[in-house]
Amino acid sequence: MPTVLEFNNVSKLYHLGKVNTQYFSDEFSRWWTTKVRRKEDPFLKIDETNDCSHKSESHYIWALKDINFKVEQGDVVGIIGKNGAGKSTLLKILSKITSPTTGTIKVNGRIGSLLEVGTGFHPDMTGRENIFLNGAILGMRRQEIAKKLDEIVDFSGCERFIDTPVKRYSSGMKTRLGFAVAAHLDPEILVVDEVLAVGDIEFRKKAIDKMRELSQTEGRTVLFVSHNMTSIKKLCKSGIVLKNGRMDYIGNIDGAIDHYLMKNPVLESDAAFPYATKRRGNGALRFQYIRLLSKNGLERSVFEVGEECVIEVGFEATDALKVCKESRITISITYSSQQAVAWLSSSLFVDRIDSNSTTIRFRIPKLMLTEGIYNVKLYASMNSESADEIFDAAQLEVIYHDYLGTGKAPPKDVTSVGHTFLDYAVSWK
Amino acid sequence: MEEKYSSIITPRNKLFEVNFKEIWDYRDLLLLFVKRDIVTSYKQTILGPLWWIIQPSMTVIIYMVVFGGIAGIPTDGIPKPLFYLSGVCLWQYFSDCLNKTSNTFVTNSGIFGKVYFPRLIMPLEAVISNLVRFGIQVGLFVVVYVFYAISGTNVSPNGYLLLFPLLVMMLAGLALGFGIIISSMTTKYRDFQVLFSFIVTLWMYATPIVYPLSQVKGKVLGGIDLYSLMLLNPVTPLFETFKHGALGEGEFVGWGWLAYSFAFMVVILVFGVLIFNKVQRNFMDTV
Repeated sequence: MPTVLEFNNVSKLYHLGKVNTQYFSDEFSRWWTTKVRRKEDPFLKIDETNDCSHKSESHYIWALKDINFKVEQGDVVGIIGKNGAGKSTLLKILSKITSPTTGTIKVNGRIGSLLEVGTGFHPDMTGRENIFLNGAILGMRRQEIAKKLDEIVDFSGCERFIDTPVKRYSSGMKTRLGFAVAAHLDPEILVVDEVLAVGDIEFRKKAIDKMRELSQTEGRTVLFVSHNMTSIKKLCKSGIVLKNGRMDYIGNIDGAIDHYLMKNPVLESDAAFPYATKRRGNGALRFQYIRLLSKNGLERSVFEVGEECVIEVGFEATDALKVCKESRITISITYSSQQAVAWLSSSLFVDRIDSNSTTIRFRIPKLMLTEGIYNVKLYASMNSESADEIFDAAQLEVIYHDYLGTGKAPPKDVTSVGHTFLDYAVSWK
Repeated sequence: MEEKYSSIITPRNKLFEVNFKEIWDYRDLLLLFVKRDIVTSYKQTILGPLWWIIQPSMTVIIYMVVFGGIAGIPTDGIPKPLFYLSGVCLWQYFSDCLNKTSNTFVTNSGIFGKVYFPRLIMPLEAVISNLVRFGIQVGLFVVVYVFYAISGTNVSPNGYLLLFPLLVMMLAGLALGFGIIISSMTTKYRDFQVLFSFIVTLWMYATPIVYPLSQVKGKVLGGIDLYSLMLLNPVTPLFETFKHGALGEGEFVGWGWLAYSFAFMVVILVFGVLIFNKVQRNFMDTV
């Protein structure tokens, strides 16, 4: 496959703080050294790593440093990295929005970049008018858009509203319309920033399928930035991990994701686990959700002592899981996030996680815990290595509601009642 | 084997590397932007494009009261509404273009930061979409003109009126040139924006709009002939030629001065495009 994209020592220097006046003296000294004395730029020597969390003395920062890689035609490259790692800067340079400080990028073919969905949409114009405008902004000719109009409208699913001003659209509809235009741009190289986060799952899937189709059937090259590892894994063949503006890893996508997850044990907060305080693991398995269900299958967070409780955990496993020797999913119920109260594990039943499933259910026929609020910790391991671990994945509240049928209740003092409620009876002699 | 590449992105481009072909490739975008501007500029107003007629009419009335009435500046025997309107129409177009092009980078930074297209499209769009508004105002001028012609007032058009399209083109060229130079400077230092709006106001009084150029003839300011000094203002010959051609006011400024304006326009345009082209590559980092 021919190379369509080649980065050669690309670096980008950014100013920190205010750009003008304050550093006019710097500008002068730069001009003096480079133009008058014909020496190297004094500020370009600063070998500072790009790390947002540490304050540095320098006014300049390398947002990207020595980026070297090649992309072959038809490849789908995922670019992974923490916030501020340089992902967007890389895409901006590639889309000619700003130029690199040093280095060159060789490009073969038209680049279509989608750093934002619906750029240039005018709220007062109709969907149809905006398709034309947005398409032209992205570099399409008028006839080209006219030819594809039906396809675009169809893909966006906004047919009913196509003659309504977009200011009446919901944000999801705007995203759909914007992506629909970009997807029909037909560039040789498609550059997509984290833009699909707004759409719903159905649309995200449609968008990813479209991008995959572009690369597989038409040989288009795609560069894709996302924080969503599931999307990345689904779509990409190879991956690049950026860290503090430098290349940290390049290779196939599974390797890249593993590398990234191992280096970043605390993952971004996940909407599926709103209470989660900490998450770590190598990503061989990823928990998707947790649900606490009552006897009749309704989701709940409050249970009575002695009630039936089902803990359902959704997960997504990688191929690595299929071949490993030993794997397990474990639930720890803790009190105050520290004190272990109960331990439930698939390992007491089988040696391996069923990698063809996506959910596991732990059925607890009688929840024998005393009144209080408990935390549920999820843990998955593969060959005794942590795959995914979520602290405080869910909260479980237990209340006492006359389990013994005596019309009385135990005291609420944890230190005297403990955490286990035993099923018992009292008799007198 | 050496691979062939369609484009190479480098840190800096050469000074004279302006990609006009690319601008041509994006001509549809230019037209769509023009359309967007015209369609949306008076959305959700009751009077709509009528404002384009109300604005110059009000300005003319104010000039008639202040400059014609109170200050008593003569208009060379031309009916006052006609005299002021001719200047106001041209100036309105010139200053609208200037204001809009000089803010190119600042007002469009949102869209420029997300997608690449030749940045020069934006100032070009401003100059073209303002033409529509200008056309409507010229229509107003024609109506007033015909009214006076029918009522027997002495308005004597002559052959120089045929230069009108050229005059408008030169006016647009000058506005575009000055505008993009200012817009290139304002990406880093907003001072220029403030300074520039002030300069535009002063510039209007240095142009024969509220007074005929014949009034300054023979006047000397600090040893310099004020008449020649005024003609150094590159838009003065344009205004004077138009007024002379349409209203028969004063006398023709001469081909020399028109050529001077034209040369001025070419220089300012070339300079403007070069500086704009240089700034556009990295303005996102400083704007």
